[in-house]
Amino acid sequence: MSGTTPSTAPVASPASVLPEVPRLPDRLVDQLAFPRRETYKQMVAAFRDAGFELCSDLCAVDYLSHPGRSLPEGMTAERFEVVVNLLSLSSRQRVRIRVQVPESDPTVDSVVEIYPGADSMEREAYDMVGIIFAGHPDMTRILMPEDWEGHPLRKDYGVGRVPVQFKEAPGPR
Amino acid sequence: MTDHENEHGRGHHHGHEHDDEYAAEDAEHEAYEEAEEEALIAETSEGIQGLRSRTTTSAGELRQEVGAVLRLPEGGYVDPGDIDIERRDDETTIINMGPQHPSTHGVLRLMLELDGETILRTKPIIGYLHTGMEKQGEELTYVQGSTNVTRMDYLSPLHNELVFSLATEALLDVEMPPRATWIRMLMVELNRVSSHLLWVATNGGDLGSTSMLIYGFREREMVLAFFEKATGLRMNNNYIRPGGVAADLPDGWEDDIEIICETILARTYEYDELITGQPIFRERTEAVGNISAEEALALSVTGPILRSTGVPWDLRRTMPYLAYDKLDFDVIVGTYGDNFDRYSVRLNEIRESIKMVRQIADMMPPGDFRVQDRKVTPPPRARIDESMEALIHHFKIFTEGFRVPEGEVYVAVESPRGELGCYMVSDGTSKPFRMHIRAPSFVNLQALPLLLRGGTMADAVAVISSVDPVMGEVDR
Repeated sequence: MSGTTPSTAPVASPASVLPEVPRLPDRLVDQLAFPRRETYKQMVAAFRDAGFELCSDLCAVDYLSHPGRSLPEGMTAERFEVVVNLLSLSSRQRVRIRVQVPESDPTVDSVVEIYPGADSMEREAYDMVGIIFAGHPDMTRILMPEDWEGHPLRKDYGVGRVPVQFKEAPGPR
Repeated sequence: MTDHENEHGRGHHHGHEHDDEYAAEDAEHEAYEEAEEEALIAETSEGIQGLRSRTTTSAGELRQEVGAVLRLPEGGYVDPGDIDIERRDDETTIINMGPQHPSTHGVLRLMLELDGETILRTKPIIGYLHTGMEKQGEELTYVQGSTNVTRMDYLSPLHNELVFSLATEALLDVEMPPRATWIRMLMVELNRVSSHLLWVATNGGDLGSTSMLIYGFREREMVLAFFEKATGLRMNNNYIRPGGVAADLPDGWEDDIEIICETILARTYEYDELITGQPIFRERTEAVGNISAEEALALSVTGPILRSTGVPWDLRRTMPYLAYDKLDFDVIVGTYGDNFDRYSVRLNEIRESIKMVRQIADMMPPGDFRVQDRKVTPPPRARIDESMEALIHHFKIFTEGFRVPEGEVYVAVESPRGELGCYMVSDGTSKPFRMHIRAPSFVNLQALPLLLRGGTMADAVAVISSVDPVMGEVDR
């Protein structure tokens, strides 16, 4: 592990990363943080510098039909949430960051600059839930065709709608 | 008809020997060719999702397409111009590979920018197998859910079921009986063997070793035959379910396991003779498709690709789940992060898994194979005839399903391809509110531009194979 592995000794414990950001206790992750949209990118960068080398997952959740969920005091629940799971290989810890994203302006900062591996995950979150990641170099659909309408994993997107849209599919005769 | 008229018209023009006539004809011909080319591009184009000419691509996008992912120590990115001599669009060719290409292991489509034989830029285009399984997961109860997730990574279905079940159980907060845990571990390790065997086989096939292709499939069939005996199905088993496993192991399973272990272990040494030392195989894999540990971590790459760079990160060892902390095994790592290291990591992981399977068979505890909580697991068939409560529980579980307390959880296991995660949100009903699968193949595909850059077109097939993407999991 010496030589080839980047020097990743954590300089700070996850609790000391932006301690003003509210947290909640969690059974499985070491830290569960709820930054505001403005501090989200700053917090991800701070965790990166604290030794969290790998962005293991990024996804978006649409809470349209489940508004009452447990959040830290003073935090208003918005319709969308972007969830980032970070992993520290050196200290074997996981942290989860959850950001509230309002329906009126579903935009958050992209973290591709901090974790290049978040590229596909952010494109997927855009494609499926319609979150726009500001600063992403290639904010296009990844799984659906580029001319698809709507974002399938939104709760108000119907299931089993017909007709299925396909590019250049023969129309009804 | 139009073509014919056109031809005829041209023939007529040739009769006149005037320069301006020729010029007009050339211009007409050029315009015709251009229109034809445009029509061809329009027919195969992915629009903004595809690989476009350099003039219309932003610097950030270009950086991703050449795989320049590392940040410089003073901040900022590597400039694509530094790692790649500036090219003009008319010096390079953009070609399309797939989605029906046999070496893409499904329906992966790559757009490649070539200078002669050398690959400069790559863009993987995915989604051809997208079936909305995450959306479907929200429509199925927790009882039905494992039937859905097992079809994602169809080469390691039991890992998908495992991560789904572990996430559900973490929300339910139920304790598994030891035998259920150990049966799960036995099955997923056998699944790792079968998945890696198939990889060794297809990798051999991609590199021209047809016999390896056949041998790998032959050995994999032994494992699948055991799966059929234990679960009823060769693939898409739906065996690991929230609350335990579907059935106890079949009678005489120890003998089957011993035969499988003995045969496959001996055969892996035959593979060594067949391909590991083979000069052509070495030529085509050594120092092809290199990736460094820093680059792999930056791209969130996990599994054998990360381990091949020398990072000993294996969730079974570093963040043990099930009962992996009770097993004695080695984490296999490589050194150079090239195709050959990825091959040897996977081949040796087969041997490690066989070692683990033997230990599990020795230490298999007696007891229940699923949790005896009637709110989670259905009662045995015989009880239904005797007990009214058993009938009610059976009916409720298979119609409505069980309710899972509110909350959200992220669980990760080490699948043959890397970290397989499940982020599950429950709103207190019997269906997941959101079920997101962190698919290792989907994330690992991001490394392709980097792995392919500077290599030749002929090696592209070998490199794609070494990433081991399963398109069912990539697109979900």
